[in-house]
Amino acid sequence: MKNGPIVGTSVPRKEGRGKVTGQARYVDDMVLPGMLYGATVRSRIPRGKVKRFTFGPGVDWNEFVIVSPKDIPGKNCIALIEDDQPCLADGMVNHPEEPLLLLAHPDRHLLPKAVEAVSVEYDALPAIFTMEESERLSQIIWGADNTFKSHLIEKGDVDAVWENADYIVEGEYTTGAQEQLYIENNGMIAAFDSQQGLTVWGSLQCPYYVHKALMKLCDLSADRVRVVQMETGGAFGGKEEYPSMIAAHAALLAMKSGKPVKVIYDRMEDMTATTKRHPSRTRHRTAVSKDGKILGGEIEFTLDGGAYETLSPVVLSRGALHAGGPYYWPSVRIRAKAVATNTPPHGAFRGFGAPQSLFALERHVDRIAQAVGLSPIEIRRRNFLTPGQTTTTGQVVREEIDLSKLLDRALELSDYYAKKERFAEENRQRGRKKGMGVAAFLHGAGFTGSGERFLGSVVGVEACADGSVRVVVSSTEFGQGTKTVLCQIVAEALGLRYEDVGIAQPDTQEVPNSGPTVASRTVMVVGKLVQSAAMGIRQTLTARGMLGESYSPEEFRAACRAYVAEHGKFRSLARYEQPDDIVWDEQKYRGSAYAAFAWAVYVAEVTADLSTYSVSVDDFVALQEVGKVLHPVLAEGQIIGGVAQAIGFALYEKVIWQKGRMQNGQMTNYIMPTSADLPHIRVYFEELGNVHGAYGAKGIGELPMDGPAPAILNAIEDALDVPFDSIPLLPEDIFDALAERAAPESAIPTARGNP
Amino acid sequence: MIESSPDRANCEISLTVNGKLATVRVHPIERLLDVLRRELGLTGTKEGCGEGECGSCSVLMDGMLVNSCLIPVLQANGASIVTIEGLAFDGQLRVLQQAFLDCGGAQCGICTPGMILAAFHLLSKKPQPTIGEIREGLSGNLCRCTGYMQIFEAVAEAGRRGAST
Repeated sequence: MKNGPIVGTSVPRKEGRGKVTGQARYVDDMVLPGMLYGATVRSRIPRGKVKRFTFGPGVDWNEFVIVSPKDIPGKNCIALIEDDQPCLADGMVNHPEEPLLLLAHPDRHLLPKAVEAVSVEYDALPAIFTMEESERLSQIIWGADNTFKSHLIEKGDVDAVWENADYIVEGEYTTGAQEQLYIENNGMIAAFDSQQGLTVWGSLQCPYYVHKALMKLCDLSADRVRVVQMETGGAFGGKEEYPSMIAAHAALLAMKSGKPVKVIYDRMEDMTATTKRHPSRTRHRTAVSKDGKILGGEIEFTLDGGAYETLSPVVLSRGALHAGGPYYWPSVRIRAKAVATNTPPHGAFRGFGAPQSLFALERHVDRIAQAVGLSPIEIRRRNFLTPGQTTTTGQVVREEIDLSKLLDRALELSDYYAKKERFAEENRQRGRKKGMGVAAFLHGAGFTGSGERFLGSVVGVEACADGSVRVVVSSTEFGQGTKTVLCQIVAEALGLRYEDVGIAQPDTQEVPNSGPTVASRTVMVVGKLVQSAAMGIRQTLTARGMLGESYSPEEFRAACRAYVAEHGKFRSLARYEQPDDIVWDEQKYRGSAYAAFAWAVYVAEVTADLSTYSVSVDDFVALQEVGKVLHPVLAEGQIIGGVAQAIGFALYEKVIWQKGRMQNGQMTNYIMPTSADLPHIRVYFEELGNVHGAYGAKGIGELPMDGPAPAILNAIEDALDVPFDSIPLLPEDIFDALAERAAPESAIPTARGNP
Repeated sequence: MIESSPDRANCEISLTVNGKLATVRVHPIERLLDVLRRELGLTGTKEGCGEGECGSCSVLMDGMLVNSCLIPVLQANGASIVTIEGLAFDGQLRVLQQAFLDCGGAQCGICTPGMILAAFHLLSKKPQPTIGEIREGLSGNLCRCTGYMQIFEAVAEAGRRGAST
C-alpha cells in the first residue's frame, strides 16, 4: 500500500508546473487557422427602442461578418433559469452595454474602429437605476412589478414578540456592486463544422451551462455542441453565467462566417458589460430582552438584479438563508426580493448573496449590543446557535459546533481584550485611532435545499490503458485547486500515489455533467461522488479476481492495465443521491437549507487616520471550522484570497454608476487591494469533520468573503465611535460623517460636493 | 489606433528574447506584448488590463522590469528581453518557480508569469528581501486569488534557498 495519507497533505498543484513556466494554455493563447476576431456593438443608452443602425463611412463593411438577431438559428435568449435575457437585443434595449450586433474580421486592429462606426438611433424611454425607483414602480421594466423573485422565511410568531421586548433595535445596511476582477478577461473561441457541429473553447466555470445555452440559441442537439474549458485565469463567480453570452456571440459569428472566431474582451468591456455582485439593502428590526437575548426579528433583504433575471433568484435565496447568521432566532420573518433596474444584470460572485446579508446582520448585532449595554462579544455569545437548536428555516444543528469556543480562540489569537483596552487609552491622545471588530458567521456548502437533488450530478473515474486512473468531471479549475483535491481524494480512496491519478480537461464530449463549479460544492459534493466512483473501479477489479484485498500501487496499475486490455476503457460512474436527513420544502422555505455549514469568527484590527480619513487593516485573524482540511496550503490560500477580496469590498472597491453604466471600468480607477495594502492575514482552522463530504470536508471557497467587511466596519466604529452602515466605505464617507458629527446643526459642504 | 494590415508590418525590429536573436516585421507602435505573444508565440506573457496597472505582462527588458503592454516595440529594438519562458532551464524549474509551487504562490496562474518575473527581478537586487521589500517589490503586480501572503512566502523561501545564485 501507499505510504501515509494523501488527504490532509499539501501535494503539488496538478497544473502548477504549467502555471509557473508560462506553458498553461488560456483561451487567448490559442490560435486556429483562418481565425477571425469578433467584437460586440453595444447599447449606449439604458432603455429604449432601437430604430435603425447606420454603418458609417471609412470602413470597408464588405470585409466584415455582421450578425444581427435575424441570424440566430434558434431562440434569441441566453438560457439559464428563465429565458428572458436576449443574446442580442431585438428592438428593445434594457441596459447600457447590452449587445446589439456582432462584427468579425481577420484583422483585430480594425474592430474597435468598426464598432465605433456603427451608429444607432434610439427612441429613448425613461429608465430606473435604484432599488427604490424599481419598488415605487416609477417605470415597469420587467414583468408585472419589476420583481424577479421574492422569498418568505417564517419561524415562530414574530408578531407576538414586540409587546414584551425590552429593546427594539432597528437598522438599515447597504452594500455596493463589486467587480470580480479576475485578472484574465473573459474570452471564447467558437468553430462550426456542418459535420461535427459547434465547438467552443473558453474561460468559464460551468461547461454545461454554456452547453445548454448554445443548444437553445443555435437549435442544435446535445451531441452537436461541444464546450471545452481552457485554463481559466480566475473566476470568483464572474465566469458562471456570462461566458454563455460570449460563447453565443462567438458561435453566431462562426456559424455565419464558416470560420473560427475568437472573442476576447478587453478590461473595460469586461468591467462595464459583464456581471458584478448584487448591490443590496437590508433592514433589520429586532426584539431583544434586557439580558441581550434575541426574541425575534423582521429582516427585509433586497437585491438590485439589473435588467434581466439571470441568477438573481438563487443569489437572493442564499442571501435570505444566511440573513439570520449563526444565531438562534426563536421567531423571525425574512422577506427577500430581487428587483429590476436598467443596469447590466448583476450576477454570481463568491458568497452569492451571503456577504450582503451577513454584512447587515453583523453590523446590526453590534448595534444591538450597544442598545442593550453589552459588549459585542457578550451579545454574540448569548445568541449563538448551539447543537440541537434550529436555524431560521427550522434546520436542526446536528454538528457539534461550539461557537463560544471558536469565539474565545479568535479573541485569544488576536489579543483582542488587551488591544481593545490599550487602543481605548491611546485613542484619546492621537489622530490615528485604532479599533477592534469581530464578526461571527456561517456559510452553507453546496446547492440550497433540493438543488443538489435536482442537479443529480454524475462523476466518473476511469481506468486507462497505461494502468493509471483519471477523474472525469465537468468541475473546473480556476485557481481553487479542483484538479489537485479531486486527484488526492481518488489516490486516497484507492491507496494509490497522487502521481498515479490524473484528471481530464473539462470537455462536454468527454466528461459527464457533475454540475456547475459554484456554491462551495466541488470538494464536498463532487469530491464525495468521486470517492465513490473510485471505489467502483476497485470493486470491479477485486470482483474479477484481478486485485487482492491488499495491493501495492504497482499491482493496482497492472490490474487496471490488464482489465482495459481485455475489456476496453472502463469508466466507473457515481450519481448524487440526496441523504435521507436532508429534507427541504421549497414552497414554505423550511427544512435543511444546506447539507453542511462552515462556521467562522474573524477579528479585524484597524487604524483610521484622521489626517487622511483613510482606514488600514493592521491585523486580521480568520478562524474557521470547515470540516477536514484536505490540502492545508490550498485551503489557507482560499481563505487569504477571500479575505483580501472582502477587504476590497469593504474599503476600496466602488463602482461609480452613471445612468446605469459603470464609469470606472479600468484597473486604474476601480481600486483592488495591492500587495502593499493588506495586513498579514492569519488563518486558523478547526476541524470537526462532516458526514456529507469527502473525507469529512465541507465547502470553503465562499466562506471568507462573508466576514471581513462587517468585522472591519465594527472595528472602525470601535476606533471612531461613529457607526457606518454602508460599504464600500471610502475616506470621503468618513470625512463626511465626522464633519457632520462636528457640526450637526449647520449646513456643511461634503467631500463629494452636492449630490 | 493602429491602421489597416497591409501597411502595418512596415518596420523591421531585432531583439534578443530569452537569449535568442529574433527579427520581426511589424508596425513600430505594435505593443511589445503583442509581438511576444503573436509574432514569437511566447504566450506565457499575459495581458490583464492593457494599461500598465496589473503587471501581468511584466517582462525584463535590459534587466529592467517593464509592463510589455506599454512598450511600443520600436523602443525594444536591440533590447534583450526575458520572459517567463526564459526562466526554466532545460525543463528544470528555477528555485523561485519551485518555491511558488511549494508555498501556494500560484492559484489561477494568470498573474503568475508576471509575478515571478517581478520576484526574479527583486531577488536579483536583494537576494534575501524582507517582507517589506517583497511587498514593495511586487506592488505593481496585481493578484486577485491569493491575497498575496503565499506569494510573499514563496519569494522569501526562494531567497532562503538561494534563488539569486
